[in-house]
Amino acid sequence: MKIVVAIRQVPERGARIVLNAAGDALHEDGLQFATNEPDAYALEHALALRADVGGEVVAVSIGPERAASTLRDALAKGADRAIHVLAGSLDALAVARVLAAVVTQERADLMLAGSQSEDMGYGQTPVLAAGLLGAPHATLALQIVSNGAGLSVTRELEEGWRQNLDLPLPAVVAVQAGGIALSYATLMGIKRARTRELRTIPVAEFGLALAPLLHIVNLAPPVKRKSTQLLQGAPTQAAAALIDKLRHEVHIL
Amino acid sequence: MSNVLVVFETREGALTRASFEALTAAHALGSEVVAVVVGGEDNQAAAQAALRGVDRVISVEHPLFASYSADGWTLALEQLVHAEDPAYVVFPHSYQTRDFAPALAVSFNQMLVSDVVAISAGPVFTRPLHEGRMMAACKLLNAAPAFVSVQAGAFAAAEPGSAAALVQIFTPELAPHQVRTHASQPFRAKTSAVDLSSATRIVSVGRGIQSEEGLPMVQALALALGAELAASRPVCDAGWVSADRQVGSSGQTVAPKLYVAIGISGATQHLQGMRGSTCIVAINKDADAPIFELADYGIVGDLFEIVPALTAALRS
Repeated sequence: MKIVVAIRQVPERGARIVLNAAGDALHEDGLQFATNEPDAYALEHALALRADVGGEVVAVSIGPERAASTLRDALAKGADRAIHVLAGSLDALAVARVLAAVVTQERADLMLAGSQSEDMGYGQTPVLAAGLLGAPHATLALQIVSNGAGLSVTRELEEGWRQNLDLPLPAVVAVQAGGIALSYATLMGIKRARTRELRTIPVAEFGLALAPLLHIVNLAPPVKRKSTQLLQGAPTQAAAALIDKLRHEVHIL
Repeated sequence: MSNVLVVFETREGALTRASFEALTAAHALGSEVVAVVVGGEDNQAAAQAALRGVDRVISVEHPLFASYSADGWTLALEQLVHAEDPAYVVFPHSYQTRDFAPALAVSFNQMLVSDVVAISAGPVFTRPLHEGRMMAACKLLNAAPAFVSVQAGAFAAAEPGSAAALVQIFTPELAPHQVRTHASQPFRAKTSAVDLSSATRIVSVGRGIQSEEGLPMVQALALALGAELAASRPVCDAGWVSADRQVGSSGQTVAPKLYVAIGISGATQHLQGMRGSTCIVAINKDADAPIFELADYGIVGDLFEIVPALTAALRS
């Protein structure tokens, strides 16, 4: 089975994010980047499927030069090769168009990606790509197994419900975090990754129309809905102040 | 071409609250609002929709719609959108919408303006980025139809109307082979041994705990408070706390009198499960964490120092 895994590079979890001067994107100096966590799970499912039925795992990332480090991580974890589509900021439909083009070029049987990104949170790129490819899809996948004819996917529904979905190949599956254990790159993996192909393709070479549909006018921190009383001081003081508030202000204790 | 379609969702035959919230968003986008209910041949939910203060209801009926499929919903609504030619199509930002609405949007060369929390003149859509740490004001640059999904809880649910609206039936052309997936009946992940929905006090732990070794400290606080232990999704995914104690859109929805969030940054999916709590306390090292948007009381600092201090203060 030939699997294309779409991997996005996002600001590291918990990183302090600051706006740029124009107020429409982040100020990137000093910001650390990492693999979008749901995409890390998608890669893990791809490696598990390859271990089960054989084939090839191709990691693809669309982004600026720094995104190459995320692909090297994917190679170190076991991807066979990587494609870096060098591009600036694109909206979800433009990313989906590029991914669909890569999947078509590669004649892949399966495209896997995380269900959503931790930065833009559009939550739709794999489904857009499925639509563009005319392929069936499954979303919020927790388990993915080959059933000979295609895939059997266990999907997460709301409020603790699940559903099994069978779908033929070629297909697109959007992966929910948590369904499989994440592995870490070994020293051997990191060494091996240096010998594996990481091809860089400028996005213009695809000849796609990628003009944005959704224009971000500005970004701003969220408006607080409640005014939070922050309790100051050393941990013991703050703790005592909090217990006092809960006892005597809101009478919960 | 000024009408707005709002696609209602049903659960066990009844319209969901999120549908009525999407209806409020739809009213903000146009004067003529048409509710769309997709269902089997006897679509009872359409009659419910007619009472919700809409101009018209379209009951999209087909034998294949006894249960949901992404292909079925996408193909049917594609035909309906062509027939109705709306300016906007509005959805609740549910798991089901996320499963099919992007495929519908892309068939019109559009993407879904997803997870919208506010709509202002323009229209300008506000949606969260960076898991709620930033809000983006966005404008759509191309022609109708536009596809918009709204976050649960972000809009007030529209009140019922005074009279029943006209219900029209729309029967899409759809053959069984066009539904390429085969779905099982939904099933429960596990029998939920723990019912957190009736707990009056909850101590909930998130990623900030860093490893399983931190848990006894949190359990000690829960014991001292007489509270149930709960956790955010990543902590349950890691197996540190059992999945039946997960709070959030994929876990349980809780509304205790006291909710103490420890090392939880407050991703939207988590906030949806606990925003109904009476008093929310947040303990987090990051003063910008979204959890502080909802918290009544907060302590910014190292939870490994603050949690034991709280336990000690309660015991003294």
